[in-house]
Amino acid sequence: MSHETREHHHEHGCGCGCQGERANPFAELSPILDHYADIPGSLITILQKAQELYGFLSVELMRYIALETHTSIAKVYGVATFYTQFRFKPVGKYLVMLCQGTACHVNGSKLVEEAVMDFLEIKEGETTADGLFTLNNVACLGCCSLSPVMMINDDTYGQLTKDKAIHILAELKEVASNETAGLATIEQEVIT
Amino acid sequence: MKIVIGTGSCGIAAGANKVQVAFDAIIAEKGLDLRVEKTGCIGTCYLEPIVDVVDDGGKKITFVNVTTDDTRRIIEDYIMGENELKELQISESDITMIGKQKRIVLRNSGLINPERIEDYLAVDGYLAAKKCLTEMTPEEIIETVEIAGLKGRGGAGFPTWFKWDAAKKSPGKTKYMVCNADEGDPGAFMDRSVLESDPHALIEGMLIGAKAIGANEGIIYVRAEYPLAIVRLQNAIDQAREKGFLGHNLFETGFDFDLRIKAGAGAFVCGEETALIASLEGERGMPRLKPPFPAQKGYWNKPTNINNVETFANVPWIFRNGGDAYAALGTKESKGTKVFALTGKIKKGGLVEIPMGLTLKDTIFDIGGGIKEDKAFKAVQMGGPSGGCIPASLLDTKIDYAEITKTGAIMGSGGMVVMDETTCMVDMARFFLDFTCNESCGKCTYCRVGTTRMLEILNRITQGEGRDGDIERLEELCYKIKDGSMCGLGQTAPNPILTTIKYFRNEYEDHIYHKKCTAKSCKPLLIYTIDKEKCVGCGACKKNCPVDAITGEKKKVHEINQDICIKCGKCFSVCKFDSVIID
Repeated sequence: MSHETREHHHEHGCGCGCQGERANPFAELSPILDHYADIPGSLITILQKAQELYGFLSVELMRYIALETHTSIAKVYGVATFYTQFRFKPVGKYLVMLCQGTACHVNGSKLVEEAVMDFLEIKEGETTADGLFTLNNVACLGCCSLSPVMMINDDTYGQLTKDKAIHILAELKEVASNETAGLATIEQEVIT
Repeated sequence: MKIVIGTGSCGIAAGANKVQVAFDAIIAEKGLDLRVEKTGCIGTCYLEPIVDVVDDGGKKITFVNVTTDDTRRIIEDYIMGENELKELQISESDITMIGKQKRIVLRNSGLINPERIEDYLAVDGYLAAKKCLTEMTPEEIIETVEIAGLKGRGGAGFPTWFKWDAAKKSPGKTKYMVCNADEGDPGAFMDRSVLESDPHALIEGMLIGAKAIGANEGIIYVRAEYPLAIVRLQNAIDQAREKGFLGHNLFETGFDFDLRIKAGAGAFVCGEETALIASLEGERGMPRLKPPFPAQKGYWNKPTNINNVETFANVPWIFRNGGDAYAALGTKESKGTKVFALTGKIKKGGLVEIPMGLTLKDTIFDIGGGIKEDKAFKAVQMGGPSGGCIPASLLDTKIDYAEITKTGAIMGSGGMVVMDETTCMVDMARFFLDFTCNESCGKCTYCRVGTTRMLEILNRITQGEGRDGDIERLEELCYKIKDGSMCGLGQTAPNPILTTIKYFRNEYEDHIYHKKCTAKSCKPLLIYTIDKEKCVGCGACKKNCPVDAITGEKKKVHEINQDICIKCGKCFSVCKFDSVIID
């Protein structure tokens, strides 16, 4: 089985990882690739949009982008690994970004980090087994006067203490478990 | 009457959105004729969320640290009732803090709605651009900036007029005006605040600069970590285009200029001009040798001028008030004002804009209110990873590019992180080296390997494994890295170490020779013991100790076995009777 995408013929051994067997796994990216095809210097933007769509940059995804943009996979990988924004592993539902800027450091961000790691039972850069939380340290979120700070997805939480940080995470955990519980009930209703 | 809520990132982090929702609900419930509007950040971040109630006559009352519970009181007691709610209002001393500033860059921040161009126009927005485009030649524009004495506010402090002039004189039809909004310096957030609170000031500044150098295209390189800034900036660009301040034939002068945003992907080194250009071109952000300078060969090898956000935000004011008025502020060598981000162990943290020439003491104690919990001031860190720590003995240093450089620190982008007696200076140096080591692009061996070696030494020292000769080894590496690195990142990476050795050598010696951290911050150097007088034998420490180093029976004094203790500090944090002593 083979199929075509924007300038690439997918078949067994084509190099993008699809093996020609599946429909193009990155079809959603096509409009973006089309849009930026004629704008030089768009690799970083394409990688950003790709990460927005798929959550992280898999080797297959980067290989696909390389093929479609006529760049070498080495260059795509080289650019992606240069910048801290890009991730190469799936992330949890909540991406916890702990600020490690100067002001946060001075005001005890290490203590908060230790408490969060204890609570989630993961280390920096890891994701919890239930797929809920990923923990990342970031350089500076620019909310220095509220330090220590963390950002969870798009929400910023300031003036953290160990207890406050854990309280926030515990609340999110509960919300998530209620959601799944809610889903289970709905499923049951459907079954009965 | 209207209610205005400060919704910069700081305000939102402090709960401004929830406050807004609460106001909306009460207004709907009571069917009141009240508008709720947004504004940016006034700079007094420690007072967020901040709510202004403005009556029809323009009289404004400011409420601070507003919670959702306070919203009902503000509406029922203050707006509908007679109660002034003095206890919620901003205090006199906080008003003085704002009053002591001279606000040029932050002139509109926290006063106008950043999402409405009409608000910016109402405070004479785009009049300076109109004047520059319709009445002034590029030469006159550059001359005015030269008279003003404006220097680049991003860190290096290079005269803005000189850069503009070089880009203008560079041959070629296609030129680019670039704004560096990749505020990577940890501890500085003035650029974010301008983008979120007064984005049109930046756009207008860029437009004037573009006219001066002859650029028709502008790019703003913004950190992806600033999502709100990107949204507000894009909104502002769209509105400016709609109103005819961006696009073709501006002010019917035949001059074209348009802007777009490029989101950076996170790399500190992209603050360096050539690295930023590489990143704009979609490459790894690695610097290259200069010359050629960006003014000759920049973005796609065309003449390119790069300034930072704060620099551009000064420009419209200069043209409305004159270069002389700007130059009248500040010192002989450093004109105008500078925005500082006061953070760390300071009482009134936030953004302050002050005329150059004020002393560090004025800034930290008069405006910033002094040190949290009235502890002893130890040092202020200026210039981030490229800067250094200035000790208490130099608090009378004037804020001036040359004066600050003399101390070993740099003006930088304006981060002022204040430290007290509980901050360990060796750990501070280690913190910054950890940062630069991570952010080194790897091109120059001295920077790439040298920062790693220095970090290893600092890690050892803070872990109690410092050796005789470490200080000298660090100094030697510092000077070699300064000489052997191509760009500013490597050349300045040793500054945090050099300044802390210069002013706090005793702390290094305490760590290395006496295995002691006087700030009680480096955990491996601490000794935890239990105060026999205070311990009640509750057993909390024993239960929480991960290595069973604590012995003792219930209701009897406990003891820590130093041979087993791993100095994790758990016992200290769980003890409710303050009986765990750290030494």
